[in-house]
Formats: sequence, C-alpha cells, structure tokens
Amino acid sequence: MVERMDQVFVLFAHWLVGFLPAGWQPVAAVLLSVVVIICLFPALFALTTVLERKGLGRIQNRIGPNRTGPFGILQPVADGIKSLTKEDIVPLSADAVVHFLAPLVLVVTVFMGFAVLPMGRGMVLADIDAGLLFFFAMGASTELSVFMAGWSSRNKYSLLGAMRAVAQMISYEVPLLMSSVAVVMITGSLSLSRIVEAQNHYTWGLPHWYIFTPWGLAGFVMYAIAATAETNRSPFDLPEGESELVAGYHTEYSGFKFALFFLGEYLAMFSISGLGTTLFLGGWSAPFSFLGWVPSWIWFFSKLMLSICVFIWLRGTLPRLRQDQLMNFAWKFVLPMTLLNLMVAALWRFLGDGWERWVICSAILLLAYLAMGWLGMRQGHIGPRRYRYAD
Amino acid sequence: MSLVFYLFAALTLAGGLAAVLLKNTIHCALALTVAFAGLALLFLDLDAQFAGFAQILVYIGAVAILVVFAILLTRSSETPKDGVYSKNWLAGLAIAAGVFAVLAWAVLQSAGGLPQGAAATPAVTVLQIGNALLGRYVLPLEIVALLLTAAMIGAVIVAMHEKERAQR
Repeated sequence: MVERMDQVFVLFAHWLVGFLPAGWQPVAAVLLSVVVIICLFPALFALTTVLERKGLGRIQNRIGPNRTGPFGILQPVADGIKSLTKEDIVPLSADAVVHFLAPLVLVVTVFMGFAVLPMGRGMVLADIDAGLLFFFAMGASTELSVFMAGWSSRNKYSLLGAMRAVAQMISYEVPLLMSSVAVVMITGSLSLSRIVEAQNHYTWGLPHWYIFTPWGLAGFVMYAIAATAETNRSPFDLPEGESELVAGYHTEYSGFKFALFFLGEYLAMFSISGLGTTLFLGGWSAPFSFLGWVPSWIWFFSKLMLSICVFIWLRGTLPRLRQDQLMNFAWKFVLPMTLLNLMVAALWRFLGDGWERWVICSAILLLAYLAMGWLGMRQGHIGPRRYRYAD
Repeated sequence: MSLVFYLFAALTLAGGLAAVLLKNTIHCALALTVAFAGLALLFLDLDAQFAGFAQILVYIGAVAILVVFAILLTRSSETPKDGVYSKNWLAGLAIAAGVFAVLAWAVLQSAGGLPQGAAATPAVTVLQIGNALLGRYVLPLEIVALLLTAAMIGAVIVAMHEKERAQR
C-alpha cells in the first residue's frame, strides 16, 4: 500500500499509456509527463499568487484579496479572465516580432528546466546524465528573453530595466553555479536523481542531506541568495523597481503577454526552488527515517512550497538593495565565499569520516565569513543614522 | 542522416543566413543566437550532451548577451542610411569560400581515417570528459584559463585608460 501510494502517478501513467499500441507508448508516456508538468505548475502558480497576496497582506497589516470566492481563493481565476480579455497593446515604435517572441521564449525556456527535476521516486521526465548542466543551460537562456522584451519595447524604462536585469542575472549566475558545483564534487555526478539518491541515507533516523554539513549549509545560503537574485525577487527586484522604472522590462506589455511574463517569473521561482531542494534539502527524501511511509512526491512539493513561503516572507521583510550594493555583494562577497566553499568541500571529501572534518571545515567557513564581514563593514561607513531635521 | 538532422541543419543555416542578411544589428545578433541553438541541437542529436549543453550555456547564455550589450553600448542600433553591406563584398566572398574549402577538405580527409566498423557514435559520458579534462589534459586547460584571465585583465586596463584620459 505504501509502495503503491508512492508510485501512484507512475502506475497511473503506465495504466493510461497501456491502452495505446506498443509503438506509440514511449512517445505517449513523454507527452503525458509534459502535459502534467505544463498543467501542474501553472496551477501551483495560481495558488501561489493568492498565498503571496494574502501573506504580504498579513505582513503589512492588511486583509488582502477577499472578494472573489471564499477567502479570496478564486482571485487568480478573476485575474486570468481579466488578462485574457484585456486589449493587447503593442507600442507603435516597438519591434513587433521581437516584442511578440520575448514572453514565449521566457516561458518555454523556464518550462524546460522542469524536465530534469526529480519530483518523486522515479518521477523525472528526462533522467539525463548531465541534468544539472541542462538546467543551467536553460536558465541562462532566459536572460536573452528579458533583453528581447526590454529592447523591443522602445521605451527607456524597459531598456534600463532589461540592462539591469541582465547584468544582475549574469552576476548572480556565477555564484549559483559555483555553489552547486560543491554538491557535484561530493556526489561525483551531474545527474539530479543520483544527487538525491546520495542524500537518501539515514543515521539515527536523521537524513544525510547536504544542508546538514558545514559546506552544504554555506552552499545552501549562497545558493538561496543567488536564486533570489536570479529570479528578480525582492530584495533583489531592482529590474522592476516600481519607484524607479515603472515596471522594468515588461512596462510595455499588457493583457495576456504580461500574464505570461508573470507566469514565467513564478515558474522560474518554482524551478529554482526545486533545484535547491534537490541539491541541498534531499529532494524527495523524508526528513526522518520513520516518516519514510509518506509518499516521496509529498515531500518534494512540501519542500518546494516551504521555499516559496520563505521567498514571500523575504519580500515582505527586506527593503530593496541599490544597484552598486547589489553588484558589490555579488562579486566581492558571495563569489569569494563560493570559491572558498569549493575548497572546503574538497577538504571535506579527503579528510575521512572522523569528527575532525566537522571542526576544521566549520572553522574555516566561519572565520572567512567573520573576516570578510569585518573587512566589508570597515570600508563602508555604517553606523547610527543621523536625521537632518528630526533631531 | 535522419529527418531530425535535416531539420536542425536547416534551422542553423536559416539562423546564420538571417544573421548576415538582416538589416538591424540587434536582429542579426538574435538570428545568430538561433544559429547557436541549432548547433547545440546538432550536438545533442549526435549524443554529445556535454558539448550541446555547454554550447547553450556559453554561447546563448554569455556570448549572445555580450554581443547584444556591445552593440547597445558602443553605437546606436539604428540602420545606417547607406546600407549595412560592405562595398568590398567580393573579397569577403573569396575569403569565406577559401575557409569553407579548407574546412571541407579537412573533414573529407579525416573521414577516411576513422576506424571501420566502429560504432557510429562513440559513447562518451560527461564523467569521462571531466576526468580527461582534469587528468590528462589539465595543463592545456590551465593554460586556456590563464589566457582568458590575461585577456580579461587586458580589457579592464584598456577600459580604465580611457576613463582616466576623459577625466583629465
């Protein structure tokens, strides 16, 4: 029974595909998985918009949407109808073809990333050898769509927003890759299902997730920072800072194309959270060995939604960074720390199984963090703020 | 030579031709990206996962962005009035034909050197490529890394020099 619940979707897909002639079955199985991914994540996106608006409302001491349906949960349906029926405006001087293609390229490349994420035991669309490389290749392609959107709009705010977004995405892609490389070094494989398998062991009922090691914790923190910047989420949402740039690169998009951009951003958030879950939080494995009877896909999606809640929490809590702070933070703090983390991961690999490696690796990372924080603080003049007129 | 190969080849060629023939420079850069994507698909069709994904990651993720930024930051992307085509296109055509002839000759020559009866696509995993790069070929890899670092420092120095002069 436990086994069957765990594999319920896989078995259902087998049963469904079994009705077709044998020659069509492989194609049909792939198509079925693709359709499930294309339906499931937009549904999750609809759910998340309500969650986000409700959560932000709670943080900001408001009620949030509460008119459509019970507790406002039908709000995304209303939003969807609205964006479908709105006029699709293309500026007169805009480059119509590129303007049209940009949201499509964004959504397609973001959807591709889900192909390699293991969403449960045996639940991965394409279990390729170089899965992590594929994921990052697709992530890198989204930058071009952002540029296309900003450039084709013929609007200075759009172009500035796109330039900011691309500069930010390129800067934070380096730490994102580097923090993931530590996981690859320890596992010895680029295959995401292999990485999950390597974490799916238990000692005294506790899991061997990579986040519970010194290098894994440091790597996860830096991965989370880079992922937040990569998906243009607050506090790194300068590319669409409303107070400066109207809406950044999608200023000139309306109706359903705007909805596609919105969808693409949230899908990118899901896929990057899914990758973080897979790399550091043990993917679909249970947090305690006695909870092993709960189906694996429940664990994957719980961890995914937990990461989304953290994203929402951060957005409600932190103020937006300035452009120079953003770049300095990426190149002068996060990148050196990820490089050091690679060394520490190598040390961890070759120090054997004793307790020494815990002490040595933790000490190196902690000292480096303190030293770099101290140096960084000494340069800037950070102290109690003096108000000119309020004193 | 399957249908898939011809589709990808047509995509690559169409992208390359558009990159040459389009008038707007940004459109050319975007068309070049299509050609890069076509090449990556050709690599994947040949079961060369590492080359294919690295092609996407480096060329579409970095080189295309670099090209586009360079166009935006150096001069206006508006089409000049007298057209984008160079006047000495005949010389360009001759050089292109020469390069193509050399490459074609090299490819045709090497086809005979392949071991007969071997598998059409040798199975090379990403793991093997990694081991080779960090084992046997570690010195060339380091030299390439050094070269790239030197190029980057050179670019920074060139940019800094101009800034100093502008301030004076």
